[in-house]
Amino acid sequence: MAAKTVTRADLCEAVYQKVGLSRTESASLVELVLKEITDCLERGETVKLSSFGSFVVRKKGQRIGRNPKTGKEVPISPRRVMVFKPSAILKQRINGADGKLITDDGLDD
Amino acid sequence: MIKSELVAHIAAQNPHLYQRDVENIVNAILNEITAALARGDRVELRGFGAFSVKHRPARTGRNPRTGAHVSVEKKSVPFFKTGKEMRERLNREGA
Repeated sequence: MAAKTVTRADLCEAVYQKVGLSRTESASLVELVLKEITDCLERGETVKLSSFGSFVVRKKGQRIGRNPKTGKEVPISPRRVMVFKPSAILKQRINGADGKLITDDGLDD
Repeated sequence: MIKSELVAHIAAQNPHLYQRDVENIVNAILNEITAALARGDRVELRGFGAFSVKHRPARTGRNPRTGAHVSVEKKSVPFFKTGKEMRERLNREGA
């Protein structure tokens, strides 16, 4: 199986196919979704996307690292990192289980 | 922030769209990423990060309570690597 790389263009196409907005508008909405998630994480807030997973920001304290090439010890400054915790449903779908598509039921049209 | 809040926030900035449309947009994006990973593809979103699948071989595990050997089947797990711009934004001065 030749692994392909899916990019923004493919996400825009999916939105265009499924929602029926123009291509331009689909593209700007994909951008907006990513921007909203990024802004939220930048504030240090967790983003939970049900049946997909959550993005969590973690604070790391200072620690001593080592330059692998020279073997020299260097301090690694305190920093914030982001981790993705996949939901059980996402993990199941990746292992071939026929997970349901993500929809939001129970809302009136 | 949870998905419904993300949807409400985006809908507020796009008054010409129904909340339902925004929900469909967010779900279309998440489903496309999920489907790609289920096929074993990579999803690369510059500035945000990249999703990929890592394959774990079958192994013999131990039941930590009884110590009994149990075979663990091979499995694939989703993996996310933070993008460069995202990493920088998380560590911007005064953030």
